[in-house]
Amino acid sequence: MLRFIRETYAIVAVELIKLIRDPTELVSRAIQPLLWLVVFGQVLAHVRGIHTGQVNYLAFITPGILAQSILFSAIFYGIAIIWERDLGVVHKMLVSPAWRASLVFGKAFAAGFRGIIQMVVIYLVALVMHVSIRLDPLIILAVLGSVMLGSGIFATFSLIIACIVKTRERFMGIGQLLTMPMFFASNAIYPITMMPGWLRIAAQFNPLTYLIDALRGLVITGGTSVYGFGVDFAVMISIFAVLLFIAVKLYPTLAE
Amino acid sequence: MVPSSHMNSTIFETPDRFAIQTVALTRQFGRLTAVDHIALKVHYGEIFGLLGANGAGKSTMIKMLTTLLPPTSGSAEVGGFDIVTSPAEVRRRIGYVSQLLSADGALTGFENLQLSARLYGLDKKEGKARISDALNFMGLTDSASKLVRTYSGGMIRRLELAQAMLHRPAILFLDEPTIGLDPVARHTVWDRLLDLRQHYGMTVLITTHDMEEAEMLCDNLAILHTGKVSVTGKPGELRAGLSQDATMDDVFAHYAGEAIHENTMFGDVARIRRTAQRLG
Ligand SMILES: Nc1ncnc2c1ncn2[C@@H]1O[C@H](COP(=O)(O)OP(=O)(O)O)[C@@H](O)[C@H]1O
Ligand SMILES: [Mg+2]
Repeated sequence: MLRFIRETYAIVAVELIKLIRDPTELVSRAIQPLLWLVVFGQVLAHVRGIHTGQVNYLAFITPGILAQSILFSAIFYGIAIIWERDLGVVHKMLVSPAWRASLVFGKAFAAGFRGIIQMVVIYLVALVMHVSIRLDPLIILAVLGSVMLGSGIFATFSLIIACIVKTRERFMGIGQLLTMPMFFASNAIYPITMMPGWLRIAAQFNPLTYLIDALRGLVITGGTSVYGFGVDFAVMISIFAVLLFIAVKLYPTLAE
Repeated sequence: MVPSSHMNSTIFETPDRFAIQTVALTRQFGRLTAVDHIALKVHYGEIFGLLGANGAGKSTMIKMLTTLLPPTSGSAEVGGFDIVTSPAEVRRRIGYVSQLLSADGALTGFENLQLSARLYGLDKKEGKARISDALNFMGLTDSASKLVRTYSGGMIRRLELAQAMLHRPAILFLDEPTIGLDPVARHTVWDRLLDLRQHYGMTVLITTHDMEEAEMLCDNLAILHTGKVSVTGKPGELRAGLSQDATMDDVFAHYAGEAIHENTMFGDVARIRRTAQRLG
């Protein structure tokens, strides 16, 4: 266990150093959610076309946009992995006696910090726009946990795709292909109950749905989790465990 | 100066065994057999050269021996452990510098070394001491806090060597370590390698298609051609085996199936052809 923590820390430390040294990517990734909240959210809030219960529309989509920006910043994580493969950094990791599980988990954990930065940006924007955010420290802690978990899921998923496609071009294609459908087949900007039947079924197989459901219950005043936190976290943790298992098997094939 | 205090932490050999021993080691990629039933024996403490033209199978061989690539068939022991059944034991005993430039350009030299120290489980104090030794040994102390992307090719290679030796491996694998370096940088790398062997008793397996390098560094050579070993021996023996005045380039041309340099000069071609004729 101690060894697992030490090795994971080695990977996380490196990722954090790089993140702090070159935050341009983070800044550019923060712009998109800003547009969604400020433009899309405000316009649709005026239209009043989507019924979101007691909470207003802007508040309703705030957790959705948070989850979306987590998805978008984590899903292209695989690009960095492919880059490391082309450089030979992956090879260097894999000839070391470090556990493969530590290496993969370290990557997933580091992705969580990117998610947290997105969270800070969105919280600031939401506060400026008078969205009623719950600022209870325990709630914030739970949101942080959800953000880390969500980022871990999508980053690991991204890593798996990188291990399969192995080139940047193919990865970009698949990344592009996956993110928008995942976003729209979720409860990010409309409730599940408004979806046609087939989309509702798709949404139920989408991990993003459970992340959003949990966040909606946590982030905003008066927000509710439709499935319940128990279901949300059970589903997310199971998915994360399965993805980690697959990633640990596939990661070593990057060096072949 | 080179510290001697860590010498006894190198995992030394039991003298009756080989550092590397392969039996019919084979790797296929689809229908291509990149490494074809190779049998090799490398003694502890020697610098062993794996030579061959591009595509001969050198990197594939090294990747199997360093546990990065599973063999299709055959077997190999590195440091006394089977590469397939005990990869973790093998990894603990080896260092590897890949053909690619594997140091992370977004980190400083020190941070690159720190990552290695942590992945190899060196404790904090020991890690720090070894990092500063390694930087010193490789002549990188002054550049330790600079980003690696500002390093020259030769500095990056030396940093990678420093990373690969940090945990005092018994066996070091170097895949074309001096490719693309200018002559001065190449000689510096050679000097460091010879020092490494002398001070830490490391066994080194090096791949190259540079004959000067082979002659200069290697105690024993194996020349690969399309995945098979075409000859093994000491550089001097291989030359003598061809003819009285054969050069290493002649040896390579004869056994590796082609001349080394794509832009071989006319004079070289003539000489290679003469050699071929002589050997009839
Ligand atoms: N991952 C791979 N997939 C398919 N073919 C490969 C792979 N790696 C190497 N090869 C092929 O195997 C042969 C030997 O390659 P390699 O071991 O890299 O040669 P060398 O290092 O001697 O130049 C080459 O024909 C190369 O194209
Ligand atoms: Mg090669």
